[in-house]
Amino acid sequence: MWRRSASFVLDKQRQQPDESRTERLDMSERPETLANPNPNPGISAYYETRAAHHGVVTSDWLAQAQAAVTRDPADLTLEKGLVAPAASSSGSAKAFSVIDEFNRWRKQPDLAEAVAAILALTAVIRTSEATTMMELEIELKKASDSLKSWDTTSISLTAGCDLFMRYVTRTSALEYEDFNAAKSRLIERGEKFGEISRKARRTIAMLSQDFIFDGCTILVHGFSRVVLEVLKTAAQSNKLFRVLCTEGTPDRTGLRLANELAKLDVPVKLLIDSAVAYAMDEIDMVFVGADGVVESGGIINMMGTYQIALVAHGMNKPVYVAAESYKFARLYPLHQKDMAPALRPIDFGVPIPKGVEVETSARDYTPPQYLTLLFTDLGVLTPSVVSDELIQLYL
Amino acid sequence: MDSRRASRMVIDPKPKVRQVGFFTPGAPPERTKSSPAESLSSPPTSDMSPAGNSLSPVMIPPPRHASDNLSSSLGLNSSRVLPVPVPMSPIRRPSTGDNLNLPLGSYNPSESLLGTSLSPSSGFDDEGLSEDTSTSGWFVRGNPGKVASSFPSGGFDTTAMKSRNIPVVSNLTTVSVVKMPPGLSGGIAEKGGTLVEVQHEQVRDSKLKEKTSKAERRALQEAQRSAKAASRAEGSKTAATSGGVTAANAKPAKAKASQKKEGSSVASSDRKGPEKDRKKDVPHPRMQFDDKQRVEKAKRRAVVKQTEARNRVELFRHLPQYEHGTQLPDLESRFFQLEPMHPSVYKVGLQYLSGDTSGSNARCIAMLQAFKEAIKDYTTPPEKALGRDLTAKISSYVSFLIECRPLSISMGYAIRFLKNRIAKLPLTFSETEAKATLCSDIDRFINEKIILADKAIVKHAVTKIRDGDVLLIYGSSCVIEMILLHAHELGRQFRVVVVDSRPKLEGKALLRRLVSKGLCCTYTHINALSYIMHEVTLVFLGASSVLCNGTVYSRVGTACVAMVAHAFRLPVLICCEAYKFHERVQLDSICSNELGDPDVIAKVPGREDVDHLENWANNENLQLLNLMYDVTPSDYVSMIITDYGMIPPTSVPVIVREYRREHLWM
Repeated sequence: MWRRSASFVLDKQRQQPDESRTERLDMSERPETLANPNPNPGISAYYETRAAHHGVVTSDWLAQAQAAVTRDPADLTLEKGLVAPAASSSGSAKAFSVIDEFNRWRKQPDLAEAVAAILALTAVIRTSEATTMMELEIELKKASDSLKSWDTTSISLTAGCDLFMRYVTRTSALEYEDFNAAKSRLIERGEKFGEISRKARRTIAMLSQDFIFDGCTILVHGFSRVVLEVLKTAAQSNKLFRVLCTEGTPDRTGLRLANELAKLDVPVKLLIDSAVAYAMDEIDMVFVGADGVVESGGIINMMGTYQIALVAHGMNKPVYVAAESYKFARLYPLHQKDMAPALRPIDFGVPIPKGVEVETSARDYTPPQYLTLLFTDLGVLTPSVVSDELIQLYL
Repeated sequence: MDSRRASRMVIDPKPKVRQVGFFTPGAPPERTKSSPAESLSSPPTSDMSPAGNSLSPVMIPPPRHASDNLSSSLGLNSSRVLPVPVPMSPIRRPSTGDNLNLPLGSYNPSESLLGTSLSPSSGFDDEGLSEDTSTSGWFVRGNPGKVASSFPSGGFDTTAMKSRNIPVVSNLTTVSVVKMPPGLSGGIAEKGGTLVEVQHEQVRDSKLKEKTSKAERRALQEAQRSAKAASRAEGSKTAATSGGVTAANAKPAKAKASQKKEGSSVASSDRKGPEKDRKKDVPHPRMQFDDKQRVEKAKRRAVVKQTEARNRVELFRHLPQYEHGTQLPDLESRFFQLEPMHPSVYKVGLQYLSGDTSGSNARCIAMLQAFKEAIKDYTTPPEKALGRDLTAKISSYVSFLIECRPLSISMGYAIRFLKNRIAKLPLTFSETEAKATLCSDIDRFINEKIILADKAIVKHAVTKIRDGDVLLIYGSSCVIEMILLHAHELGRQFRVVVVDSRPKLEGKALLRRLVSKGLCCTYTHINALSYIMHEVTLVFLGASSVLCNGTVYSRVGTACVAMVAHAFRLPVLICCEAYKFHERVQLDSICSNELGDPDVIAKVPGREDVDHLENWANNENLQLLNLMYDVTPSDYVSMIITDYGMIPPTSVPVIVREYRREHLWM
């Protein structure tokens, strides 16, 4: 491996990557039917959605993608204009449910769970008939509680709800305005969040460029939109690097990432999940996303992240985490079992004999001591800063 | 790099065992000497002396190499033993600047430094001094020629000022005072405050050779003049030989004042002037009990007549240790004739002394309640201001309490809070109004900082207890007891392993209370820790304080429990109210600790057959060490549960920074 140090990259002039590359992702289809309020609480809705978004590479996925490209643009405008009809219809019929709303937003692949939650809460504000801030707050609290309890496994949903509640209760800008102005301000702010989430990804991608140097080999695990953005930006700025993708069983998200990267002409190699230690020799850095960043500075991410981090730590390879700051959650797991388990059915392809248990947990917790740096839209942070940010945000 | 070697020669021979924890700054004396030496060629390093002084016993001495480079670049020849401004690295400098403004985490020095830097009028008529205080010369760097002239004396004055200042601030001698420039100490000795210390002979010798500057010569003269007075002290030699401070003519009034007020550091610092506010942020230096003169003096003034224990452990001589059981009857007999002390304060003091009130929360509450009583009964003497007189009063109470038992960190915070409230009282308030305000403030403090904080902690901690858990607890912490009881009330199915240790056996009382509430408990001693740890899933520990680097300062044995748990990969949860967080940094258990009665570890009650240590005090080769606290490095702590939530140990400084300050001023 030549030029191990990333510093020489700084000498080169970075090209400004064009902003409009990511828009394609918006185009995938939006399901017409509303999801029922959590039909099966035993299975993590969060991971179901993820599977639906970037799920298995199968023929029907390809067909879906095909359909997405030729999607009716009217659909998009309808979505943008959803504001008014949603308000009027639910206002009259009283049928508005924050969970439905959330599910509607959630189905958009480019929209993070937290953002979907915030958009749903914004919709609550819009339909609210409250006349005082206090009333509105109570209503919001109820809505966010029901959202949170609807899917307790999703960390970013919880974090998004908390974040927005925090904003509503904390903003000093609201105090000297009349109620309607405040309300519209909140709505405006909430609607901006979708934009913010996209911008956060850009920021993270730019920040991480200093760490990707020519000739490096990067191991990625799972499918993370942020990590994809990072790699995409690196590829666009003509960096020469190689990516090793884990397969990411059971939902095989690694395949999906490999697929995306191959389109960008990045050399990709696929590994089965158990080959991480074998391949660690030739790896320069590990890049992972995160479902949630917890107070200790550790991350909760797709199953397998912990063992990759352990192996990387054992071989002195840096582990970088790319995560937007709205994934910061006020949780503090002490060990792997100290979380609400997110269950996910696993298909082994063969019938499981009776009496054999299957570990169906979908994620694990990586303690902060195994992480090197976190790339967030707040900057490049060490794990211990996460808690500082959280304290400042929530206290 | 000859200079490096030379400097190491200066530094290395010193740290014998004796000096490990609390003698860090070999710096001051050497530095003083150095300043003139450097001023010959070019003085830029001497501008760091204030920072050097601010090195506290608990701070890490800054790296040597930087200054090595410095010295070599200055062209100092290597044969001259390079003085220790050496340890000043450029990195340190900013902190020097900070020191003037914000109190740093370190203990004494910043306080004394504050005092000096802010009170140029405090009686220095020395030209070098005024120069230094008035300009930012210390921090000037890179134009050596210009500043050069002021430095020889400048460098001195800072040390001098500092060291002189410390007695002013309090009688609690800091390390730096012990080693302070002797001329100065001579001066003080003249006034009766004898601060001299026999140590670092080598350093001094080398120092002598270097004496060159005018300032030094004058200092020497003065030192010799004062040597007469100082010669009584055993450190007189130091004073006479090493000399070197221009501030020997330090204003005596201050020193006297300090003597009067000795033991009540807070009071004196309060009365000192505009800088007092800032100073109060800084924890007060502890008296170094290996300084015989000062101990003597302190004793003369002490209300509690204590006898020093014999055969104290060398490494811990700087900590107070008394023969237990001697003072209590004496105090009790004087209960009705004790004029200055309020009876409720007296009672609390006795409780501390006898050990009836222990645990930092309980002690803090007891103290505050006593103060409340005292404030209720207080009347302002004629021609005195309530703010000042009451502060002095409180300070005298505090010094009495310190005599009974050293303050805990929680109490220190509470005292600072109270004094702050007194200082912040509007002048327009009448006496009754003021008293009512203070009482309600005290109540609010107890309520918000302790009771509600405990509730918040319990709320957070209970979420970590799951069915089937086996919790290990050590010692007796009231908040942990509350957590266990609350979890039990919630119907969680868990088991508790109560680990206990001699000699206090605090766990027994806790065990009794837990069992009576129907909890399933196992009781064992710390000796069996590694065995019992197998079945444990979670370790809950209390803390006397959490320091800024995440270090947990707690009952002795806690570190052991935490380390074993860490070795077993078990999560270690520390429960501690945020008001016990402290901006200090401590790396070992030596420099700040408390010594218990050594007799209790020598005797095992009810076991005559193992009493082999009778009359141990008569054997000079035998020393018993009964430490009260130890520090647990943050590596072994998984989480700190505090009223602001569950935080990693790395976030303690954030809490201290974000919340402590504002609440202190509330």
